[in-house]
Amino acid sequence: MKKVYVNEDWCLGCHLCEYTCAAANSGAPDMIKAFAGGKKPVSRIQIEESSTVNFAVQCRHCEAHPCVKGCIAGALSVQDGVIVCDEEKCVGCYTCVLSCPFGAIVIDEGGHKIRKCDLCTRNSQGEPACVKACPNNAIVFEER
Amino acid sequence: MAINYMNPLFEVVRDPDRCIKCRVCERQCANEVHHYDPDLDRMISDETTCVDCQRCVTLCPTRALKIRPNENQFRENGNWSQQIMDEVYKQAGSGGVLLSAMGNPREYPVYWDKILLNASQVTNPPIDPLREPMETKTFLGKKDQSISYDENGRPVFEKNPYLELDVPIMFSAMSFGSISKNAHESLARAAEELGTYYNTGEGGLHKDFYKYGANTICQVASGRFGVFKDYLDAGAAIEIKMGQGAKPGIGGHLPGMKINEEISKTRMIPKGTDAISPAPHHDIYSIEDLRQLVLSLKEATNWEKPVIVKIAAVHNVAAIASGIARSGADIIAIDGYRGGTGAAPTRIRDNVGIPIELALASVDQRLRDEGIRNNISIVVGGSVRCSADVVKAVALGADAVYIATAALLAMGCHLCRSCNTGKCNWGIATQRADLVKRLNPDIAYKRLVNLVHAWDHEIKEMMGGMGINSLESLRGNRLMLRGIGLTQKELDILGIMHAGE
Repeated sequence: MKKVYVNEDWCLGCHLCEYTCAAANSGAPDMIKAFAGGKKPVSRIQIEESSTVNFAVQCRHCEAHPCVKGCIAGALSVQDGVIVCDEEKCVGCYTCVLSCPFGAIVIDEGGHKIRKCDLCTRNSQGEPACVKACPNNAIVFEER
Repeated sequence: MAINYMNPLFEVVRDPDRCIKCRVCERQCANEVHHYDPDLDRMISDETTCVDCQRCVTLCPTRALKIRPNENQFRENGNWSQQIMDEVYKQAGSGGVLLSAMGNPREYPVYWDKILLNASQVTNPPIDPLREPMETKTFLGKKDQSISYDENGRPVFEKNPYLELDVPIMFSAMSFGSISKNAHESLARAAEELGTYYNTGEGGLHKDFYKYGANTICQVASGRFGVFKDYLDAGAAIEIKMGQGAKPGIGGHLPGMKINEEISKTRMIPKGTDAISPAPHHDIYSIEDLRQLVLSLKEATNWEKPVIVKIAAVHNVAAIASGIARSGADIIAIDGYRGGTGAAPTRIRDNVGIPIELALASVDQRLRDEGIRNNISIVVGGSVRCSADVVKAVALGADAVYIATAALLAMGCHLCRSCNTGKCNWGIATQRADLVKRLNPDIAYKRLVNLVHAWDHEIKEMMGGMGINSLESLRGNRLMLRGIGLTQKELDILGIMHAGE
C-alpha cells in the first residue's frame, strides 16, 4: 500500500506541509479562506525540528494500530489499510492520542475531537496534500 | 550610530489580505528579512538585507509577497545614477573593493540577438527532425591531419584523445566551494545521463564524485587546488584554466569561512584558510611555458586524455588562441565577458573582456586563415542563454558550448547575484548545511537533463529548418547567419552578411 514517507535529509522545516494539510482538510476552497479571520485549522502532519535535523510526522497507518484498539467510541477504524476517524463518533477521550507511539494524532482546534491523517482519502486532493506541497521532495507517497 | 547612506535596493510588498502568517518566508530567508511579531500578530520585514532572490515569493503558499525595486529614489541624475551613488557610499563606508557575483549585468549589446538564422524554402527542403535522422553528436579534440593507409589499404587513424558529446552542450567549470556539494552532484548526474561533461572547476573533485569520472572534466587552475595523480586520472579530460570571462586577469579567493571539512579535504588545504588562486599561473609566462604544462599533464595521464585550455575573451584573443592551438592542447575554451562567477571585483566584471560572439568569430577565422583550425576544437561559454545561441555559436565556428548560468537557473538560481555572500537561499552557492539541503539533487539533476533535452530538440528543429541534418554541416557555416542592426565593422568581425544581402 502506498503511504507517506519522510526523508529527513531533504526536509527544510519550512512547515508548508502543515499549512497545506490544515487547509486541505478544513473544507475551505483555498488556503487564504481556510486561515481567514485568524482561524487556525489544525494540521495532521507536524514538523519536528532541531537546529540540524527536521522531519514531518504523521500517521504511519501501522499494522499494530493501538489507536484503533484503544478507541472507546468505535470512531477509529481501518479501511483498506488506512486508519480513519469517524468524527461523528469521536468523544474526545484522547485514548488514541496517548497510545499512538508516533505522537501522530492531534487534537482538533475546537478541543473535543481528534484529527488524524487519512492520506487525503476523504477530501478532494487526490494525492496527499503534504506530498504535493513539499518543495524539496522530502515527503513522498509511495509503495515500500 | 553612524548613518547608513545606502538606500535599500528592494521593497517587500506583503498583501495582508493574502498573508496567513505561516512564516515560511521567515524560515526560508537566510538574509533574515522577514520575522513574525507575536504582539502585533503580524509579519514584519526589514528590506535592507533583501537581495531579491525570490525564495520567499516562490515558496509563499498564498502568493502574498512581491519584491520590487525600491520606489524611494535619489534625485534623478542622468550621469550619477543611483547605483553609482550607492557604490560610492558603500566604498566610503568600507574602504574596500566592490564585489559582485554572476555575469556582467550591464546593458552592452548582445550580439546573439542581432544575428538571424536561415531556413530552407522551395529549393532546398527543410527536414523534419521527428521523422528523419538528425545528428547532434560532437567530437572534441584534434582532428586527423591527413589520411594514411596500411598495407591492406585500410585507413589508419591517428590516436588523438577526444571527448564524445551526445549534445554540443557541456556544463562549465564551477568549483566545489563556489557551489554546494548537492549542486555538484546534480551537474555530475545530469552530465552522465546526457552523455556530456561537467567541469570540476578549480576546487578539486570530491571523493564521492570519482564515480562520475567518465563525464568529468578536471580543471587545473593557478591555485592547483586538489590536483594530484588520482584527480588527473579520474576525469575524461583536463582543463587548464588561464582565465575566466567574468574576471579576466584576476585570480580567485574563496574565503576561509567557506572552507569546511569536506572542502578542505577536496582542495587539500587546511580548514578555515582562504583559498587564493593567483592571477597568473606562476609557471606560465609564455606559450612555450603553457606547452610545457600541457605536455606535462598529458605525460602524467599517459597521453590518454585531451587537454583543454580555457581563456577569457580579451582584446588579443585570436592571437592567443593561435598560440594555444600550437601548444599541444586539444581544445580551447573561450569564456566571454558575460560569463558568471561566484565572486569578482565589480569593476573587473563590468568593464573587462569582450563579447564571446566577436571573440569566437575572430578566433575561428584566425585559426582557419592559419590552417590550424583542425588542430584544436573550440568551446565557447559566457552567456549562452538558449538553444538559438547554441546554433548561432556553432554556425560562427564553435564545436560545442559551455553553459553554467543557464544550468544554475535550471537548478533554481534567480540571478540575485549575491553568491559571494555565501547565503544562497536556493542551496546552490553556499556551504551552510541548512541551506545546502534545500537543493535536492534528485530534483535538480532531472531539471538539468530536461533543460538540455529541450535545447537539443530545439537545435534539431532549427537545423532541420535550415535543411541541415548534422551539426558537422552547421559548424562554421556562417552563410546560415545574417546580422540585423549591425555596423559593417561588426559584420566583418562576425564574418556574416547583413539581413537582406
